[in-house]
Amino acid sequence: MHDKTLAEQAALLASGDLSSSDLVEHYLQRIEQHNEALNAYLAIDADAARQAASAADEQRKTGNAGPLTGVPIAHKDIFCTSSMPTTCGSRMLQNFVSPYEAAVVQNMRTAGMVTLGKANMDEFAMGSSNENSFYGPVANPWQTDRVPGGSSGGSAAIVAARLASAATGTDTGGSIRQPAAFCGITGIKPTYGRVSRYGMIAFASSLDQGGPMAQTAEDCALLLQAMAGHDLRDSTCSPAAVPDFSAELNADLKGLRIGVPQEYFAEGLDDGVAARVNEALAVLEGEGAILKPISLPNQGLCIPAYYIIAPAEASSNLSRFDGVRFGHRCENPQDIDDLYTRSRGEGFGPEVKRRILIGAYALSAGYYDAYYKKAQQVRQLVSDDFSNAFAEVDVIAGPTTPTTAFARGAKSDDPVAMYLNDLFTVSANLSGLPALSAPCGFAEGLPVGLQLCAPANQESRLLNVAHRYQSVTDWHRQIPANFA
Amino acid sequence: MSLTPDDIEKIAHLARLGIDKDALEPLAADLSTMLDLVEQLQAVDTEGVEPMAHPANATLLLRDDVVTESDQREALQAPAPATQDGYFLVPRVIE
Amino acid sequence: MTWETVIGLEIHAQLATRSKIFSAASTDFGAAPNTQASAVDLGLPGVLPVVNREVVRMAVRFALATDASITRRSVFARKNYFYPDLPKGYQISQMAFPIVGEGHINITLPDGQQKGIGLTRAHLEEDAGKSVHDLFEGMTGIDLNRAGTPLLEIVSEPDMRSATEAVAYARYMHSLVRYIDICDGNMQEGSFRCDANVSVRPAGSDTLGTRTEIKNLNSFRFLERAIDFEVERQIDILEDGGKVIQETRLYDADRDETRSMRSKEEANDYRYFPDPDLPPLVIDEAFIDAVRETMPELPVARRTRFIDELDIPAADAQALCADRQIADYFEAVFEGRKFAPKLAANWVLGELFARLNKEDVDLADAPVSATLLGDLIARVDDGTLSGKLGKQVFDALWGGEQDVDAVIEARGLKQITDTGAIEAMIDEVIAANPSQLAEYRAGKEKLLSFFVGAVMKASKGKANPAQLNQMLRDKLKA
Repeated sequence: MHDKTLAEQAALLASGDLSSSDLVEHYLQRIEQHNEALNAYLAIDADAARQAASAADEQRKTGNAGPLTGVPIAHKDIFCTSSMPTTCGSRMLQNFVSPYEAAVVQNMRTAGMVTLGKANMDEFAMGSSNENSFYGPVANPWQTDRVPGGSSGGSAAIVAARLASAATGTDTGGSIRQPAAFCGITGIKPTYGRVSRYGMIAFASSLDQGGPMAQTAEDCALLLQAMAGHDLRDSTCSPAAVPDFSAELNADLKGLRIGVPQEYFAEGLDDGVAARVNEALAVLEGEGAILKPISLPNQGLCIPAYYIIAPAEASSNLSRFDGVRFGHRCENPQDIDDLYTRSRGEGFGPEVKRRILIGAYALSAGYYDAYYKKAQQVRQLVSDDFSNAFAEVDVIAGPTTPTTAFARGAKSDDPVAMYLNDLFTVSANLSGLPALSAPCGFAEGLPVGLQLCAPANQESRLLNVAHRYQSVTDWHRQIPANFA
Repeated sequence: MSLTPDDIEKIAHLARLGIDKDALEPLAADLSTMLDLVEQLQAVDTEGVEPMAHPANATLLLRDDVVTESDQREALQAPAPATQDGYFLVPRVIE
Repeated sequence: MTWETVIGLEIHAQLATRSKIFSAASTDFGAAPNTQASAVDLGLPGVLPVVNREVVRMAVRFALATDASITRRSVFARKNYFYPDLPKGYQISQMAFPIVGEGHINITLPDGQQKGIGLTRAHLEEDAGKSVHDLFEGMTGIDLNRAGTPLLEIVSEPDMRSATEAVAYARYMHSLVRYIDICDGNMQEGSFRCDANVSVRPAGSDTLGTRTEIKNLNSFRFLERAIDFEVERQIDILEDGGKVIQETRLYDADRDETRSMRSKEEANDYRYFPDPDLPPLVIDEAFIDAVRETMPELPVARRTRFIDELDIPAADAQALCADRQIADYFEAVFEGRKFAPKLAANWVLGELFARLNKEDVDLADAPVSATLLGDLIARVDDGTLSGKLGKQVFDALWGGEQDVDAVIEARGLKQITDTGAIEAMIDEVIAANPSQLAEYRAGKEKLLSFFVGAVMKASKGKANPAQLNQMLRDKLKA
């Protein structure tokens, strides 16, 4: 069953050839068998999953089922759940059970999906390797001494190892797309504001966006349909109408103009990755698309701008974790400052501390204009680059990451080397645009991701291009040998 | 731009972040490297460029002035480390 | 050397909304601790602020009432600091782009002079919670019911030159915010709070001295005393050759002094930046026009109208317009009546006010409605009642009577205007007092009041005084 895509499983559920209970039981067994090797799940609620599955089967009998009814999913542990703890990968929230549910969790449940458990992640979504989780690193199912990427590394490993039909992720600088690329799955970061951030623990509010991670673009279209939509509880959530994301999956690519940024194929790009991405572009050309070289002149400024804006917002967003109303509190605080300082010092890991400090510094008196304001201006320039490019092309394509998954420990002592993983992904967050990563082959046995980016609110176009690509390739069908 | 352990202590206090004494030196080095990374922004000409605080051109939607939240103290205080008689407790704060 | 005092005020007016500025929890005062604190007010992980439309409307009302500019694209910003009653570790406020820009008002000083005061800005922000220090042994209790209550912070230019002027300004603002229905003005409950920025400089100097900020001024009396104390303190320092330190000071009413808030002395770096959870607040003309249509006539315009169109003396008009309820009541008294509005003003400011003050009753709770008072004045105006009898009727209405004519009838208070009846009474009195009559006729005209009193007594106070006077003079002459 697990070798089927989510869309195929949904079809079997709809035809009555598969029950949700059997499907859920199958995944629970696989989790039992494989999770230890991966450390991808932080919490599993088997009883609740079984109950939800049998309720879904009942619902299907009444004829009220939707396409996702009874399909099992894992939620990144950044989404608040009231039936399971929500740790955000941090000691700070060890045992924290939220009194409310995230909009994304509610939306998926409303669509009939069955929650299997919560996925491991980099602490507070800060990281590109999942080594920053307080609950231990996640292994890449393709080679378990490799990282799965981050911060949604648990979600990506779960989907790649077929320990759920799909998973949710969040993407602040590439946290859906980079692990999707490293693990050989498909993930989409929607347009900023497409998916409600309510109940999604904030890292950098103006960059964070939730989205689906699954085997295929077709799966992602079904998932995004359930996930997206206006939510009055999030003032940044877009009131724009949500289109039928599956409607144009099969649209012809003939005449589609694909922009290929020259800046993406420069020094630092791994040869194997470049080769696979060029092959994928050739496939799209074969489908009738027209490749056009383009330039994103401010591409080189994305990482610097991002590493001011994201930590600045994070330093403020993480102030609420002060040991007063919830979360970790130190033993025997002597006074209020001691309570704050030790609770936060003990509750946060090293990378979170680094980012809080650099963010607080960038916002502090005397430095605001030089760092924060400057970064926001550069953000505008980056965004303008895309506006200019999209006057000429319909979609921009390139590698998701400069390299394939690296070895665990290889970059953990060098934060800046780690940040360069986000070289091609942060620009979509800075400009708020939708972007997708789809598997496009292997380099030395490790998956390579093709990144596609479109103008705001044009997720349908991304899903269409990726689906057409997946109709003529089978990279998305590959399963890591140990998890077949 | 390089930061000293003294600078780190000051910023850490601003952020109420407990840092072990022997971690100050390596943190100062890490943060200085991060600042080097972002330093190239200074060379960019941003004269007249409007700072971009939010993606897209979103404007604020407003909510009607209606009370829909009822008393949920019990549920909302469930995760609290220390409460008594409905109050959150912290060590005595001297005014 | 003579010194000049320079004062600017920051007023925090709690906006009288039903729900909070960023959450749908109630703003009611006095609930059990944390029963009106929602997940948003507590700053739990993942929850987000959503702005209350009414808060925006109220800020626009304030701008329209103070001749102030309205920022078409204002921005909420975060002010970052740690304090246990500040749940998120930041306060959502406005910094670079406040919703209300520069404005201007004219206040009337106690000596009747007018003075213009500039307003620098007014911005929206959320209130913090409360720390309770005396309830738990060695611990502080945190109640977040007040957290998220909307505030309008009104910042004046340093245009006041004395404590008296500062109080006049604060009273004007206190009256205005109630007049335009945006704040209940309850100072005991903290709905209207003042901080004063005070400095002194040599008279004639045009550079500002170092200022101190005085907090915790929760009455106009404290405001006045705190400024007076602080001005003396600063002058003493300067005259001793010292320097005033820029700092925040707390007014201690028990000792009638200000003292340094050492705990807050540590230089704070608030790291303001635009709140990424809240896109810019855009206000268009249609929104402003809609608010303008609901604006009441403002006190200044109303006072001018009372003086020019209703022939009310300036001092009376000022008193009537100090409070919107009073002005509304006053207008309701004469609405649709034949008598002069001036008569209504006399009754409202005289008999009604005396009674409200004496019995310490709010106008809203007065037992005499505007309609009833109007009925009463109509009976005075048409001669049915003398002014004196009118007061008796007023007493009866205050006691709960609801029908003016029924009171007059039942108590036989109708004025005697029949000349025959009055003449008979006069004759009787004159006949009974021959010696006084002789003295009067010999030139002791002061005795007129003796005769008036005697006849009035005989009529049980009901004789029309004017008629009585005229007829008595005629009779005594003869």
